[in-house]
Amino acid sequence: MRTPPSLLSLSIDSALLNLSNFSDLSPLPDHILLDLFLRTLKAGKLTEKILMLFMATGKDEVLALIQSLNIQLITPVLPTSKKMSQTNIGDDEVDIVIGALHADLTSFLNEWRPLFSRFHLIIVKDPDLREELKIPEGFNLHVYTKSDIDRVVGSSYTAINFSGYSCRYFGYLMSRKKYIFSVDDDCIPAKDDKGLSVDAVDQHITNLATPATPFFFNTLYDPFRKGTDFVRGYPFSLRSGVTCALSCGLWLNLADHDAPTQALKPGHRNSRYVDAVLTVPARALMPVSGVNIAFNRELAGPALFPGLRLAAEGKLRWETVEDIWCGLCVKVVCDHLGLGVKTGLPYVWRNDRGNAIESLKKEWEGVKLMEEVVPFFQSVRLSQAAVTTEDCMLEIVALVKERLATLDPVFARAAQAMADWIKLWKAVGSGSGSSRPSNG
Amino acid sequence: MAQPAIPVTPALKDDLDIVIPTIRNLDFLEMWRPFFQPYHLIIVQDGDPTKTIRVPEGFDYELYNRNDVNRILGPKASCISFKDSACRCFGFLVSKKKYIFTIDDDCFVAKDPSGKEINALAQHIQNLLTPSTPFFFNTLYDPFREGADFVRGYPFSLREGAPTAISHGLWLNIPDYDAPTQLVKPLERNTRYVDAVMTIPKGTLFPMCGMNLGFDRELIGPAMYFGLMGDGQPIGRYDDMWAGWCAKVICDHMSLGVKTGLPYIWHSKASNPFVNLKKEYKGIYWQEDIIPFFQSVVFPKECITVQQCYIELSKQVKEKLGHVDPYFQKLADSMVTWIEAWEELNPPTKAAPAAQPNGVKKDAPAPKPK
Repeated sequence: MRTPPSLLSLSIDSALLNLSNFSDLSPLPDHILLDLFLRTLKAGKLTEKILMLFMATGKDEVLALIQSLNIQLITPVLPTSKKMSQTNIGDDEVDIVIGALHADLTSFLNEWRPLFSRFHLIIVKDPDLREELKIPEGFNLHVYTKSDIDRVVGSSYTAINFSGYSCRYFGYLMSRKKYIFSVDDDCIPAKDDKGLSVDAVDQHITNLATPATPFFFNTLYDPFRKGTDFVRGYPFSLRSGVTCALSCGLWLNLADHDAPTQALKPGHRNSRYVDAVLTVPARALMPVSGVNIAFNRELAGPALFPGLRLAAEGKLRWETVEDIWCGLCVKVVCDHLGLGVKTGLPYVWRNDRGNAIESLKKEWEGVKLMEEVVPFFQSVRLSQAAVTTEDCMLEIVALVKERLATLDPVFARAAQAMADWIKLWKAVGSGSGSSRPSNG
Repeated sequence: MAQPAIPVTPALKDDLDIVIPTIRNLDFLEMWRPFFQPYHLIIVQDGDPTKTIRVPEGFDYELYNRNDVNRILGPKASCISFKDSACRCFGFLVSKKKYIFTIDDDCFVAKDPSGKEINALAQHIQNLLTPSTPFFFNTLYDPFREGADFVRGYPFSLREGAPTAISHGLWLNIPDYDAPTQLVKPLERNTRYVDAVMTIPKGTLFPMCGMNLGFDRELIGPAMYFGLMGDGQPIGRYDDMWAGWCAKVICDHMSLGVKTGLPYIWHSKASNPFVNLKKEYKGIYWQEDIIPFFQSVVFPKECITVQQCYIELSKQVKEKLGHVDPYFQKLADSMVTWIEAWEELNPPTKAAPAAQPNGVKKDAPAPKPK
């Protein structure tokens, strides 16, 4: 007769099954900890998080075993099946679009390799960039350069300028995927407050694949995240939420401040990791930073266009407001069509670059223009007839012409560029944009 | 750093009252002693007035039971709920201080991720003393926190912000779920510490929880009426919700700010979900009418004080929610009674205050001797 398993053995088996729920293993006696570790190895359940859990106990025997087995923390190349995402979005539904403002993308792409390797990449070279792009091997990607841009855009859309930060939008045009993730080429993956690597792509996809809740603020933030929910007082009819069209991520180290703010506090770096995703409420506007975003291409594509191009726009974020402009367009469109915009996680690590004071000396037209731009968007009201993103954008173009163009020629140019973009999107971009989802 | 340093003299020591509704005991105060002891407490004893509530030694407090409520308010006492923590708003009425912090007696000191004990009161004070940003959302959350700032694209003309009227704190451990959610997820605990304070944008409603709340009584006090709940009422557990919706629409009209997020407290007691379901049942249905009502409230421009807005709101409640249930007619009447009681106990010593800019600390009027 087989000896029945001991109570201790059953406990360790149970612990093994629930290992991801533990936050602290140090109360365990040494021999039990060791046994648990060995069974974890045998079961193939040693992930980065669980390894850190064992190491955090500080117990000599476990640490010695880890060392003798030569277990190291290596950033993994993730297999093609997603294991972290709680959604059912396939890798083939995502494009990662990078605007290359720097020719040498070697270290950038190598830093992102573990997270990017399973996706298709679109790299768009800044048409102003002279040198050849340097791209490391091993990626599934497509590169677009000035000649491609000229060929597609031709001479029919003269108002559109894809140079500088605007180059990535050409990638949005050429993509045929449902979701796009875009990050600046001076950013690398971040680590969270527990020291674990942040999978920015996975988090953005989760944000886009789960509903947004713009009509009522949930005080525990995104109710669709694990371990949380809608709070008392949240109307039940609003709990199914709406489709999320845009996911705005944040930045550690060099935050996306404007030049005057950064110049005033040159040593200031963002070190606060805020573990939240939240929906930006309907009719609340916000400044969308293009440094780290993802979106539903079909829904947001026609609205995401860098229409507002500063006269002296440069190659540093401090010298642009293009993303702020199209972010406002997207938010107004989403509010009208009943779509959602989320902000918060994921974080990326933004490398130090540039000099705020220099940027300020060169260009601060953007700061002045925002004083007109924000009240304008706050006052935009779209008609009931506008049921697709393109419809909404055409109405916004008309309003820009009517109310802003007289204030500054930059707005007249913006309106023209946006009008051209919508035509170009219809001609070249796939899909016909969103319809307003039926209510009720 | 995540929280303000402990000052040598506790901030706002003479300008803030801590209001605690209780029906059981105040043992929880022992844990809060290091943070609360310098402040004055107002205890509102609910339930049986013959019972003696023991207050731990060393606290400076005033205590009111139902007999006191009846004595002080006379016939107006009908607006103060009985057998429900909504009675806490009586404490707001009788306070003479500029700021109020209110907390439930099952809320304890929480720890932040570094293991340090959180001084919730100090964080609320910090939230209230710094401006809010309701007109444009800052993606780095409260720009007035140490280590944060406005992001690129935030118009400079909006960076002064608005005075903060309400500071809404959160809870670790037992989350503030409604009864249906509690029934489906009885074991869920809030373990996520979100290191952020943020302003709820203008025009957006939220569910205000009364168990960890601070507010500027001078700015928004008259709107912080917690309604008719509990004994003899068809509804419970919507007191703070009601106050929050009323206060938010008034704050929006008067360009005052509401912050939410830090501080966290540790919520220890999970109430019985079946009892809760009975109390909330009507609320869950009525909410579907109440929310659209609040979302469409417009105040005429003649309403320039909180009291005026509140009276106007009571008229609109009667008119637009009266058909949902006769309860709302009663509630509208008690909203008026509340304002009458407020005016009586807090006669204006000067012209009705318009929103004051933050950072300009006015001398608080001398507290009236009790």
